[in-house]
Amino acid sequence: MRIHEYQAKQLFAKYGIPVSASNTASTVDEAVSSANALGYPVVVKAQIHAGGRGKGGGIELAKSASQVRDAATRMLGMTLVTPQTGSGGRIVRLLLIESAADIAQELYLGMAIDRGNRAITVMASRAGGVDIEETALRDPDAILKEIVDPFLGLRPFQAFRLAHRLGLPIKTARGVAKFIQSLYRLFCEQDCVLAEINPLAITSDGDPLAIDAKLNLDDNGLFRHPDLRDLRDLNEEDPLEVEATAVNLNYIKLDGTVGCLVNGAGLAMATMDLIKHVGASPANFLDVGGGATAEMIEKGVQILIGDPDVKAVFINIFGGILRCDVLAEGVVAAAKKLSILVPVIVRLEGTNVEQGRRILNESGLSFRTASSLGEAAVMVAAAVGVTS
Amino acid sequence: MSILVGNDTRVLVQGITGNEGQFHTRQMRDYGTKIVAGVTPGKGGQDVDGTPVFDTVSEGVAQTGANASIIFVPPAFSADAILEAAEAGIELIVCLTEGIPVNDMLAIRKHLDSVGIKLIGPNTPGLISPGKCKLGVMAGYIHQPGHIGIISRSGTLTYEVVHQLTSLGIGQSTCVGIGGDQIIGLSFSDLLLLFEQDPDTKGIILIGEIGGSAEEEAAQVIADHISKPVVAFIAGQTAPPGRRMGHAGAIISGGSGTAAAKIEALQSTGVGVAESPAHIGELMAESLIR
Repeated sequence: MRIHEYQAKQLFAKYGIPVSASNTASTVDEAVSSANALGYPVVVKAQIHAGGRGKGGGIELAKSASQVRDAATRMLGMTLVTPQTGSGGRIVRLLLIESAADIAQELYLGMAIDRGNRAITVMASRAGGVDIEETALRDPDAILKEIVDPFLGLRPFQAFRLAHRLGLPIKTARGVAKFIQSLYRLFCEQDCVLAEINPLAITSDGDPLAIDAKLNLDDNGLFRHPDLRDLRDLNEEDPLEVEATAVNLNYIKLDGTVGCLVNGAGLAMATMDLIKHVGASPANFLDVGGGATAEMIEKGVQILIGDPDVKAVFINIFGGILRCDVLAEGVVAAAKKLSILVPVIVRLEGTNVEQGRRILNESGLSFRTASSLGEAAVMVAAAVGVTS
Repeated sequence: MSILVGNDTRVLVQGITGNEGQFHTRQMRDYGTKIVAGVTPGKGGQDVDGTPVFDTVSEGVAQTGANASIIFVPPAFSADAILEAAEAGIELIVCLTEGIPVNDMLAIRKHLDSVGIKLIGPNTPGLISPGKCKLGVMAGYIHQPGHIGIISRSGTLTYEVVHQLTSLGIGQSTCVGIGGDQIIGLSFSDLLLLFEQDPDTKGIILIGEIGGSAEEEAAQVIADHISKPVVAFIAGQTAPPGRRMGHAGAIISGGSGTAAAKIEALQSTGVGVAESPAHIGELMAESLIR
């Protein structure tokens, strides 16, 4: 789960990680009064779940109340497009008004679950404040790393060694090491999967300060952090995806025309690949999971039909825990309630497949049933008018 | 022959009195799996269809000689359940649970490596040696005893491949779901080596997906150690970067973990990679003839 910069900084403050004084504002007047309270200059920052905000005009330095008013007026309600948002951009609903810092140097600091090493890896670089991904590709040696032993945790010498390798003076290196250890404690205790501070500023006094803050939380860890669950911002998610999540469906909108409903993530991805292989293109990823009920299937079909891009629906189910008769009942219920104007191709296999097929056949509805993946692929291609 | 599970496997079910635990215990027993014990703290002394229930895994192992366990407990308790099984001397632990925090798995994986205990999963349908032992939730009837080993990060996609093989009259030695999470127990590489040593396995199918670098590592192991024909499929060729495709592990991040890179790594070692998921079985059949 992603959270906003201002939310991450509130967590930082709890862990003693230095951040500038700040306030959030959802109106222009709030922005101005926050800035007046903080004193000038301030930085006005759009709060969206994407990086590269400065490039899209979502971060601005303001030296007076009128400049804050101008910046807030421009940003609130704007559709902010950054290299990470895609062309659709995100609507800005909230601003962070923050005291401007006195920055002598900009570093990069990151922590992530490192699958290859099966450990948390801490990364740092002198090349902060710019596109760290590009730096990593162009000059991998510019990213310094410390791998954390899961039994021992991040040891003080590792944090200091990393800071020291950045070439910082001893006093500053000690401060950065303490910063890294505090962030590591937050990372573990709050079940994070990614933390990035870019830039991590060194002030003219030689002290570290988090200018930006990105935290991604482990969805699987949220059960032990009910307070973090509340940080989710539904405005940052696709409305169809939110609707799907509410009934435990795993849905991701894509840009093709074949709506697909599948059980299991692997088979759902393979179904998308199959559609692509015959020259068509998937409109979504939709995994109804192992324990789907007829109601969940009905909701899934409804979401697919509700997507104006969908020109054909492909239901691909290999029954295991999810039985084919349950699936068929859900599909028939949905089809009877909704007017489905696009062709529906159904491929069923596995547990109770005969009952499932019978329910579909006896429903009086015009499903096209396929008996193998290969046959289904040909039907899908024909339905959207491509030749395989 | 087969790998990991067979006629000598004596199974202890952790969470046997829950709905899922009870249902699948029956399914496994009906398939022929030797279920010797169950564990649910606080329900020791009861039985589930004649299988004795114990309060702790240690007790269950001591009383019944169980050597494998399968875990049907909620995510919040699964990490502890894995460690309890390991401490009790269980040699093979299968954890089906989806939703274990990744931070917990880092320490568990390191611990299991240090004590030499095998874990399958988490977030897996389990494994099956057709005709001998089913230690998981897959539908038994789609399988057929035979000579193809399957290793997969997916559940239902594995069923699809098994179905294709069985329809072609090709049986399976053992089918293993390694799990869809970021940090798992046995990997593609570990299982490739086990299948290579199994005289009854004549060919291997590897079903990978986007995210991580397990398939690239497997390609290296195949190049260095595997003499049997290997066929592969990588799911998620059409998945966009940065979006988690259901499985916690299925995400393309920072340009790594793409299907294209995995396919290239496998093809460069002579592995036949199916372009369409509809052709995996046929491709295996062709490689066996060659």
